[in-house]
Amino acid sequence: MEQPEDTVTNVRLPEPTVREEQVAPAPTGSPVFDTKSVSIYYGAFKAVTDVSLSIYEREITAFIGSSGSGKTTVLRAFNRMNDLVPGARVEGEMSYRGSPLYGKDVSPIAVRRRIGMVFQKPNPFPKSIYDNVAYGPRINGERNKGKLNEIVEHSLRRAALWDEVKNRLNTSGLALSGGQAQRLCIARTIAVEPDVVLMDEPASALDPIATGAIEDLMQELKSQYTIVVVTHNMQQATRVSDRTAVFSVLVNEESDTRTGVLVEYGTTGQIFEDPHDSRTQAYVTGRIG
Amino acid sequence: MTSVTQAGPAIPAGSARPLSERRPLGDRGFQVLALACGLLVLVILVLIAVTTTQQSASWFSAEGLKIFTSNWDQATNQFGALSFIYGTAITAIIALVMAVPVSVAIALLLTEVVPYRWSRPIVYVIDLLAVVPSVVWGLWGILVFAPWIQHIYASIGSGVNGIPVLGNLFGPPTSGPSFFTCGIILAFMITPIVTSLSREVIATVPAIDKEGAYALGATRLEMIRGTVWPHSQGGVVGAVLLGLGRAMGETIAAALVIGSSPTITSHLFAPGYNMPAVIANQFGEASGEFRAALMGIGVLLFVFTIIINVVARGIVERNARRKRGA
Amino acid sequence: MAVTSPGQVDLREPPSWRRTKNRIATVLMVIAFVLVIIPLGFVLYTVVSKGVGIISKTFLTSGIPVIVAPPDVGGMGPAIAGTLVITGMATLLAVPLGVLGAVYLNEYGGKSPLARFIGFMADVMTGVPSIIMGLFIFSIWVVHFGLSGYSGLAGSFALGCLMLPIVIRSTQEMLKLVPDSLREGAYALGATKSRVSVTVVLPAAIGGIVSGALLAVARAAGETAPLLFTIGTVTIGGSPNWNVFKGTNTSLPSQIFANASSPYPGAQARGWGAALTLIVIAFILMIAARLVTARFSRYSHY
Repeated sequence: MEQPEDTVTNVRLPEPTVREEQVAPAPTGSPVFDTKSVSIYYGAFKAVTDVSLSIYEREITAFIGSSGSGKTTVLRAFNRMNDLVPGARVEGEMSYRGSPLYGKDVSPIAVRRRIGMVFQKPNPFPKSIYDNVAYGPRINGERNKGKLNEIVEHSLRRAALWDEVKNRLNTSGLALSGGQAQRLCIARTIAVEPDVVLMDEPASALDPIATGAIEDLMQELKSQYTIVVVTHNMQQATRVSDRTAVFSVLVNEESDTRTGVLVEYGTTGQIFEDPHDSRTQAYVTGRIG
Repeated sequence: MTSVTQAGPAIPAGSARPLSERRPLGDRGFQVLALACGLLVLVILVLIAVTTTQQSASWFSAEGLKIFTSNWDQATNQFGALSFIYGTAITAIIALVMAVPVSVAIALLLTEVVPYRWSRPIVYVIDLLAVVPSVVWGLWGILVFAPWIQHIYASIGSGVNGIPVLGNLFGPPTSGPSFFTCGIILAFMITPIVTSLSREVIATVPAIDKEGAYALGATRLEMIRGTVWPHSQGGVVGAVLLGLGRAMGETIAAALVIGSSPTITSHLFAPGYNMPAVIANQFGEASGEFRAALMGIGVLLFVFTIIINVVARGIVERNARRKRGA
Repeated sequence: MAVTSPGQVDLREPPSWRRTKNRIATVLMVIAFVLVIIPLGFVLYTVVSKGVGIISKTFLTSGIPVIVAPPDVGGMGPAIAGTLVITGMATLLAVPLGVLGAVYLNEYGGKSPLARFIGFMADVMTGVPSIIMGLFIFSIWVVHFGLSGYSGLAGSFALGCLMLPIVIRSTQEMLKLVPDSLREGAYALGATKSRVSVTVVLPAAIGGIVSGALLAVARAAGETAPLLFTIGTVTIGGSPNWNVFKGTNTSLPSQIFANASSPYPGAQARGWGAALTLIVIAFILMIAARLVTARFSRYSHY
């Protein structure tokens, strides 16, 4: 659920601090996603227009921008979750490691097995902690009990949850606190060894301490997975991301529609310290919500 | 927090499969199976209509429109079903006249009068009422209720004997098992469904309207008459129709307490017969034309109840849609 | 509202006639409820008082005696066995099919015209008199197989037809309550729709599904009409027929029906005993349904 827009015009928020390595210009790896002039529609409604960017390997890319600017829509297009909405369609080219994501023969199931997603509100299954994490491997055909035990432990360790739950793997996943549940969902996602992990405001429903834990986790996971995170929290973007894409809302007065648009995309350092577009500058300095 | 940098154990990850992949056969098969189960409802309804009509075709063709006469005579192979249709109508009307005010009153009691905490036990009682099987109502009806009410009928009967309208309705002949007794038992049985549906309907009245009436200083009764009733009238009609359908179809209790006498009479305390009751009582030993006739009565009953239920559900559905839309 | 001296506000009750009408209305509503409690109480009291005397281990296990036998002879053993196997078989038929049908309606069909039509007709079907189900199975099964068509199985088919729309609708209601976030979580892991439905949605709704099914079973156990022309009759003194596929059978409601119209006190007494047994079974199922709802809804949503 997105927060209401707050328009702040007079208050000058403290500038987000940027780390040294975030200013480096060159990409560390090859592009994992390539998006060329992508527009996404829900029926007749154009939710997002003309998005062109590349997501690079083993980096954390943040999508920031005001409510309704299409960040989540683009994110969900990467793992074809928009398919679940009747009437959703994507125009333009979107490719994953060179193959078109929306090609004729492409199976969304196969796509989602490589590109995982963590949601805003933790959504553990009403099953035990063990079964939650083992769900993905099981549907991939893993039946060996020993292997599953390994995978569960490994995933929970990587998600920094193992120590807290190792003695109660058979208790319900619903009994965990918000922060723990979200880490469980992360463990569940990485249990299938995806290539990419998409995160839709993963910490917005959590308290500051749990948020910190999730952010630390993201840094750890970067070494193995490519991460794209949508966030409303600019401090978070500066803390964790290598690259940042700024989205904004195009208001069409005549048709009374709001369409999301990509305003600027660059390294996090550049976006926050030297924004090129005025809209970017307005957003990151807090003048628009 | 420990930093785990080495690669995890290799698993047969989905990433090993190609991006383009046909939909697994099992997934498609499951969808077909689920669809088939859903369609089963329609299939059964159609089969019911077809097979029962087939079995009774000889009756329909032999009698033609004479099925609507009251000439029911096994000896001469004449089977006019009017007396049963009449009985079904009369007992259903009696049941509705008694059950509807009571059910609506209870529904209002639950939604407007009683605080939530106390509504649970009341709902429990209504649920209990619904759980008593039809045959137990019939058993109690014929062995306990009918003998007891027989005396009341007799006194009323002799009292109004001779008076123009009342005498025709409540005068002799009187009998424990009768149209009226059947109507009373049916009323008990349809109360739960009319109550629960009325409750649903009344609950869709927007709280704003109710508060508006109270804010004008209305008493609860005035609020109900001014806002709840106009809003829920339509829906309650739907609930009543559903009760009607139920009353028409209740078989076993009716078979036991209606008196098993195919007559068309205005005397409500007299024994009578209705459609489901005659089938239940006579089908077992019937054969040939007789059986076809009984089956045909079943077809008529099926058609009547389907029509009533379609109309009733349509009304209830429209009411629900209005709530969602508004 | 009367105005007294300036500066004073009259907050007394409205004029008495309005108040009285209101009071009368409230009283009428309460009377309506009492009118319902009285017969219910009466029936339950009668069944318990007349039935309890005859219930005993012998009663529950002995064969059915001749109709003129005195109260202390014989029992309802075959009827209890019949009720158990016939209702059990009907449950085995109706519940899986009904649950799958509801999965279609909620997970696949959604708002499509076909799904809405099926749902509507399922509601209509719950209003079809149960005797019609009996006539239907008679026409389609017994007539084809002749005398050997009379069996517990035929009765189960008829009861199954009765239970199917009830199970479909109540299951569908439960599936609707499962939050979409659970489905999304499973889809995001690359699960197919069938897997999501079976491994995530159904388990999440299982409490409500079971409780709805139990109520449908309670309803079916008490039905007589569908069994009248499908299960035949068990001959006097017969032993319980546990084989639902072969041979005629009987059930508690069938026996109650047969005994109710009998003038013999023994038969009537056995009828009361059977009625009490049946009501106890229905109550147990009803209470079980409530317990299941209470127990499982705790963990069905986050």
